[in-house]
Amino acid sequence: MSAPSLFNAEIVQQGLRASVEGLHPRRLAKSPVMFTVGVGAALCGIFALRDAQRGQPWGDDAAIALILLLTVQLATFAEGLAEARGRAQASALRATRSDTIARRLTASGDEEPVPSTSLRPGDRVIVSAGEVIPGDGEVVRGTATVDESAITGESAPVLREAGTDRSGVTGGTRVLSDEIELTITAQPGDSFLDRMIKLVEGAERQPTPNEVALGTLLAALTLVFLIVCATLPSLAAAVGASIDHSTLVALFVCLVPTTIGGLLPAIGIAGMDRALRANVLAKSGRAIEIAGDIDLMLLDKTGTITLGARQARQLIALGGVSDARLRQAATLASLEDPTPEGRSIVALAGEGVTAAAGAIFVPFSASTRMSGVDLPDGRRIRKGAVSAVSAWIEAQGGASSGAELTRLVEEIARRGGTPLVVAEGPNALGVIALVDVLKPGMKERFARLRAMGIQTIMVTGDNPLTAAAIATEAGVDGFIAEATPEDKLQRVRDEQRAGKLVAMTGDGTNDAPALAQADLGLAMNAGTQAAKEAANLIDLDSDPTKLAQVVEIGKQLLSTRGALTTFSLANDVAKYFVLLPAMFAVSLPGLDALNVLDLSSPRTAIYAALLFNALILPALVPLALRGVALRAETAEARLTRSLVVYGGGGLIAPFVGIKLLDLGLSALGLS
Amino acid sequence: MLTVLIVIVASLALALPLARWLHVVASGAPSPLDRLFDPLDAGIHRLIGWDRAAPMGWRLWARWILTTNVVLGAAIYLIFLAQGALPLNPDGVKGMDWELALHTAASFITNTNQQHYSGQAQLSYLGQLAAVVTAQVVTPAVGLAAMFAALRGLVGGAEGRRTDALGDTDLGSYPNDLVRSITRVLLPLATIWALALTSQGVPSTLHGAVVATPIDAAAGLTEQVIPVGPVAAMVAIKQLGTNGGGWYGPNSAVPLENPTPLSNILELIAIVLLPLACALLIGRMTDRGLGRVAVASMLILAVALCAPVVWLELGANPALAGLGAAGPNWEGKELRLGVESTGLWATLTTMTSNGSVNGMHDSLAPLSGLFPLIGMFINSAFGGVGVGVINLIVYLVLAVFVAGLLIGRTPELLGRKVEVKEVRVAALASLLIPVCVLVPTALSFDLGLANTSNPGPHGLSQVLYEYASAAANNGSGFEGLGDGTPWWNLTCAAVLVLARFIPILAPLAIVGRLATKSAAPRTAGTLSVGSGAFLATLLGVIVTLQLLTYVPALALGPVAEHLAVRSDLSPAVEAK
Repeated sequence: MSAPSLFNAEIVQQGLRASVEGLHPRRLAKSPVMFTVGVGAALCGIFALRDAQRGQPWGDDAAIALILLLTVQLATFAEGLAEARGRAQASALRATRSDTIARRLTASGDEEPVPSTSLRPGDRVIVSAGEVIPGDGEVVRGTATVDESAITGESAPVLREAGTDRSGVTGGTRVLSDEIELTITAQPGDSFLDRMIKLVEGAERQPTPNEVALGTLLAALTLVFLIVCATLPSLAAAVGASIDHSTLVALFVCLVPTTIGGLLPAIGIAGMDRALRANVLAKSGRAIEIAGDIDLMLLDKTGTITLGARQARQLIALGGVSDARLRQAATLASLEDPTPEGRSIVALAGEGVTAAAGAIFVPFSASTRMSGVDLPDGRRIRKGAVSAVSAWIEAQGGASSGAELTRLVEEIARRGGTPLVVAEGPNALGVIALVDVLKPGMKERFARLRAMGIQTIMVTGDNPLTAAAIATEAGVDGFIAEATPEDKLQRVRDEQRAGKLVAMTGDGTNDAPALAQADLGLAMNAGTQAAKEAANLIDLDSDPTKLAQVVEIGKQLLSTRGALTTFSLANDVAKYFVLLPAMFAVSLPGLDALNVLDLSSPRTAIYAALLFNALILPALVPLALRGVALRAETAEARLTRSLVVYGGGGLIAPFVGIKLLDLGLSALGLS
Repeated sequence: MLTVLIVIVASLALALPLARWLHVVASGAPSPLDRLFDPLDAGIHRLIGWDRAAPMGWRLWARWILTTNVVLGAAIYLIFLAQGALPLNPDGVKGMDWELALHTAASFITNTNQQHYSGQAQLSYLGQLAAVVTAQVVTPAVGLAAMFAALRGLVGGAEGRRTDALGDTDLGSYPNDLVRSITRVLLPLATIWALALTSQGVPSTLHGAVVATPIDAAAGLTEQVIPVGPVAAMVAIKQLGTNGGGWYGPNSAVPLENPTPLSNILELIAIVLLPLACALLIGRMTDRGLGRVAVASMLILAVALCAPVVWLELGANPALAGLGAAGPNWEGKELRLGVESTGLWATLTTMTSNGSVNGMHDSLAPLSGLFPLIGMFINSAFGGVGVGVINLIVYLVLAVFVAGLLIGRTPELLGRKVEVKEVRVAALASLLIPVCVLVPTALSFDLGLANTSNPGPHGLSQVLYEYASAAANNGSGFEGLGDGTPWWNLTCAAVLVLARFIPILAPLAIVGRLATKSAAPRTAGTLSVGSGAFLATLLGVIVTLQLLTYVPALALGPVAEHLAVRSDLSPAVEAK
């Protein structure tokens, strides 16, 4: 999925439309801060009408009302813009969900063509090469390569196979080879894609707990400022000063945290949007925020830390067998083994080896766990799992368990590899050592996670020796070897009891309990339906280290809110320095000592402060939508930097901005 | 300056061992003094029939605090009403009006000691001893007990992690903490201070007033009635328990309450001793880092508040410019005590919620008046006994919230997540004081009931100060205010009660909820509350919150007066 640019004409247009719709009082009431600004605008409008009726000058009241209206509009524009961007993402997703004709199986086993929209969970359909998968489902028969580029943007086809952890398919993707039978798992309109579209469009977005807490704080601050401003005329009267009503409204609006209040919804929507752009479907905004808090990550070894497939690393011939002979036999036996293991053997040993014409290949199958070749000269060669090949040797009348073979097999296992045996007829020739190959860049990723305070635990079915070897090589903080589903679940619970927030990645049905128990479950889109249901994030790329990226998105989401809150509150200090001397310029001229900016007139000072307050919103929209930059640094370093940048910046920016606006306004002759 | 130095060094030197002792008192750790105190405690509990072993969560604490205070408050109120007819009244003092009695009862039950009456003339010995001194001993003990509970809650509850009858996490036993705080902390300290002050000449008697014949009768005074009484005992507990209410109306400015330089130093030390020890207790009971940051924040604020006042008071009084009376601002100060000591006292007494005075705050330089006000608004730069630390919890919650957002993690305090409910309570608590100060101040002027002695900015400062003092449970007055009216008595009584109990109960509610959560282990990603960065955040939150709330009021009051006096331009400035 291509990322739409931050702004394009259509998105901006949609945002503008939303900004007008957002003025509806019911929409406004959702944000107490912006609601009070709206009320302020209305009040100033009324003051203007009243003054006009009394024949008094009403221009300033009207101008303040208009600036306040603009402030509200700019805030709703920000939200509308974020929603429009979400919708653009969603429509890209929706395009993949074209209606197709599905081949549904009837009770009698016949096929009947039905529109994909009429499919219900439990329906069985057949999809052949070249056809589009009609809905979310699980492969129950067959294996196929599927092109999922429509949702992942990844052009390499992926394998989907019944009865494995790679049995899940998504509607809208295309089968490239073979034929599969699947069970539909989602109601029409309720597929992951559908749910995700609703979420990014903002229609079903629930504020996250952190957002609610911040909203509470902002509402309380708004109330404080309401009290401050409501009592101010009485205090002023006590010292013989008076305050113009519109000016008082202006002070109130400048003080309430409009910047963060106006951008809060946009930040939340943009967070979901960033997750989606990383090809992660979040079932809720909360899931992304939890990611920012994760203390511990449980990662499947296979496919996460190591490349899913093992690679042939070494061929060891038994005594009396030449290396060349073993090499040739291993290659010949692997030519018709399309698995990554088989291909890696050919790549390692197959130079210059070709099969004689008339050779009969025995392809690899999961049930025989062997592949091989019967040559025209009568030689029969097999290679495969130790137990399978041993049984085959015995069936040929040979002795399978030579002491030397046993010793080699055990040695490889101890070093963390997987042994395969090569045999010719009744004789074992040697062994192939397969090893797990670490994905590139893993060590760096774990180091980065550690710097963020996240521990990683590798979960593997390997024996402890192998697991320890790989764990050390990958640089994870710990491992669980010979892990059963119960072990995973137990570990998640234990860590949670110790107060940690635990994330877990998984794809298999047996991962589902642990995924559900974990605070954050990340399921692979290729995984089983059960795993996807149990998780709260789904990775369309089926890349389990994606969690690290989601963690950053979560942290960034919170950081952005914190940065804008700090900025918004720090701004108020400067606004006091501008507005208090301006308000009391006539009745308490002594307060002009606070006019540190030396603004040209009280009138331009008030306009400049209000305009700054309004214009800072669009100025910060890009920051709200992109999120603040995150570096790998300690919490203390990040806090210090944020305080300096957003707290210090928030103190200084309005002084500069208001001074410039004042200069501009007085140049226009407004003073 | 010598006084200032002695007070700082001696307070710190005494507060460190006192904090260790408070920890023993709070934790119930065995000590050699148990043989003395245990039978006493057991006797008190048997007498009242309290079960001091039962676990108590925050809701039970709230219930107990309110119940005991209502009972004590009602008893004090009745004594004030009826003192004319009760014994121990050698000078024949009359009972109080109901609304003055209500304000006075509210004032003493809230550890405020705001006085709309003049001590020696309107209280009988029974009123002083049974009502006032009882409250002066019990209310700081309530503060200490509530602080113990709050600090236990920050680390997941009292030892044993029990739950109470309502299912809340145990925060310790209120009766136990209350009685131990009285018998092991307040009474012994007060005894020591009372004896020391008696040695300096502070009256300590139950005889009636002394009658003196002035040498020079030219003033028209043939004889002078000098009320005395058990003054030393009361002054000791008034200072130590951040009470502030003196035996005499002019408080520690009167030679009989504060006769010598040594008594002045002793009383200054007593103002900050327990509040400082409470701050030092945070680290002992919760987390060393948090303790360091808390104490550092309080010390920084204390210096920032004290230094300008001492400096400003040492400066010349601009109103006297050109009159040949150069030198420090002596107006309203005792010549025998000095300008520095009064400046220091004025700031310490306001930021610790004490409220005793040794000079008149009304006469401070206009800008000096700003700092006692800010000290009372913050009310946690040490703050009152126990309650200063409790107030800090609200600031801590807000600071971890902001810091948590900035670093991109759900905010947590000592590993426990600060979520919507905690933030909601903290937000409401921080809303309360502005409402309690600004709304009645505005109403006083709107309704024409302010009754100030000065028009203009100084009058505004007087009214603002009175409500700030009530809301901070401080008790000191800017004076010059005709505050003996029903309006002042009733509005201040309401502010006193609201601003005492909600700021105690709200943090208890917060820690009560936090205590039920399990603490996340510390990782590189969690923010250490012991770090300098967090200290900066905490100070930023405290200062910004106060600035944003009170800048307009302060600008119209002390700042406007200062600017007017300085420029001498505004017609609003009055001749003082």
